[in-house]
Amino acid sequence: MNSPSAPAATSGGSNVSLARRAYNIRRLALRMAEVQGQGYIGQALGVADVLAVSYFHALNYRPGEPEWEGRDRYCLSIGHYAIALYSALIEAGVLPEDELETYGMDDSRMPMSGMAAYSPGMEITGGSLGHGLGITVGMAMGLKRKNNPAFVYNLMSDGELGEGSTWEAVMSAVQHGLDNLICVVDFNDQQADGPSTAALCQEPVEDKWAAFGWFAQRVDGNDIDALVEAFDAARNHPAPVPRVIICRTQMCKGVDFLEAREITHFVRVEPNEWARALAVLDAGAPA
Amino acid sequence: MNINAQGFHGPLAPNSRRKSKYAPRTVPVSETGEALTTSAMIASLDAEGRDTVAAPFGHALVELAKTRDDIVGLTADLAKYTDLHVFAQAYPDRFYQMGMAEQVMISAAAGLAREGFVPFATTYAVFASRRAYDFIVMAIAEEALPVKIVCALPGLTTGYGPSHQATEDLAIFRGMPGLTIIDPCDATEIAQAVPAIAAHPGPVYMRLLRGKVPDVLSRYGYQFEVGKAKLIRDGKDVLFVSTGFMTMRTLDAAEALAKDGVDAAVLHVPTIKPLDTETIVAEASKGGRLVVTAENHTVVGGLGEAVAATLMRAGVHVPFRQVGLPDEFLDAGALPTLHNQYGISVAGVTAAVKGWL
Repeated sequence: MNSPSAPAATSGGSNVSLARRAYNIRRLALRMAEVQGQGYIGQALGVADVLAVSYFHALNYRPGEPEWEGRDRYCLSIGHYAIALYSALIEAGVLPEDELETYGMDDSRMPMSGMAAYSPGMEITGGSLGHGLGITVGMAMGLKRKNNPAFVYNLMSDGELGEGSTWEAVMSAVQHGLDNLICVVDFNDQQADGPSTAALCQEPVEDKWAAFGWFAQRVDGNDIDALVEAFDAARNHPAPVPRVIICRTQMCKGVDFLEAREITHFVRVEPNEWARALAVLDAGAPA
Repeated sequence: MNINAQGFHGPLAPNSRRKSKYAPRTVPVSETGEALTTSAMIASLDAEGRDTVAAPFGHALVELAKTRDDIVGLTADLAKYTDLHVFAQAYPDRFYQMGMAEQVMISAAAGLAREGFVPFATTYAVFASRRAYDFIVMAIAEEALPVKIVCALPGLTTGYGPSHQATEDLAIFRGMPGLTIIDPCDATEIAQAVPAIAAHPGPVYMRLLRGKVPDVLSRYGYQFEVGKAKLIRDGKDVLFVSTGFMTMRTLDAAEALAKDGVDAAVLHVPTIKPLDTETIVAEASKGGRLVVTAENHTVVGGLGEAVAATLMRAGVHVPFRQVGLPDEFLDAGALPTLHNQYGISVAGVTAAVKGWL
């Protein structure tokens, strides 16, 4: 990308590569999941590249000041992905790494499902699916009212495309010209009962958004260069319309024996497999 | 499925006017033989001989917006029918027409509140309480955001039938933690409540009387306060504990009862939650009075049961009766007819109390 607002594919001016950031996020997520012996690790591993590009390429924020008025708002509609967002927030320096082992425990600031009242950097309470996009519609309206140039991001899942409220919000964002709203869809084709595309997430997904008036892109959500290009295009698109990036991701990405496992919404990992998963991840660690 | 001879419905409710849809009907006539032309379209409260105020909510919101830049308005295609059009005309740039989409209206109101605004979101009570409930719970109440949800057609204030009759909205919303619930009586109270609920820090659900709204409380020197019950009239035989427009009815019933030598007090309880238990217990504890709750709502889960539980918990054992709508899907028809039929008219309240004494 040659856009003026598009730095190279490294972490916001640092020398750490985005690939390394994604690896670090995956590693943090595995360590958190090991604490509980379970978790939505398949989703976290799958979405790690999207989060790395979000937090270390696209977003404008201050790690020590999570409520800074000028920040881009990054909202997690999919509350069960909290383990992935905590990992990104730890990597970004918003949450402290030494609290990682409290994940999911009593009195933790990192509950299993993400809630705004619990965690710095957690902008909204997701989890009741189909809520995030509507809330971000209102936040984007509010930012425009304040002439605040920040972007609002909504990270949602393909399963949420089955919720009617999502489509109310899709139409509303166009109706109100919300060009400061960027929706990121993690399309891993898995929901609780099986493949999303076998439930209510019908292809062609990006064409539907485009038909509603969104600037729609579809990318390989595990290809960092493609993600960088898509996030830049989303931010710099000239038309006064909302933007969506459909990110096709691989559940359990980066841990081959889990990728090969029959993929389910809730990946079962045996107690002795966590160390093995970390070892596999580490073996493929980028520079 | 319970299939009876009249079709595919179960047993009809005992006092329902619903009959077989295949039985032919004639134009209803009055006792003097004239055709009764009242229709289900008439959605205003009986206001004969009463002062009324037009669109008190809309005008109060405009007044408030003059002093508060953070006030914005949203509606789901019901601005004209919730009196929000008055605000929309005065402040078009602070008004959001969200279309017929209650879920995103509520979610967007939450988002605006997150960015520092105080949104007033309007629709009908049925749509807020039934369709948008999950969004009110999770996007607004769980986050303690200052969204004010103001809804027309509460309880039995339309003859359209159950699609528009929010007979259970208070019961639905009472279970939601952190939500303040207001059922104002009249135009005076609506006008006073608008700035009060805007100043109140958390989320609020307010029932709304729209259009030409009767004005009753101004002559009692009334002042609304969030969370406060107010004794409007004292009396030694009966204690009415009423909310919403039923306080108009209990005040009129008290007048009617006085002619028969029955001395009735009226405690007006506009805040359903948090309930002013202190005042309710104090008044009920005075003893020697029949306590009668009155609400424009099903007898299940509204003011009546809230008061009953309050008195039980406080160990106040007094004679207790409820005026309210039956636990049924109500009929379609003209409002005066329906209010008489279901016992929430002045005559209905007066007769019920006489029967209980």
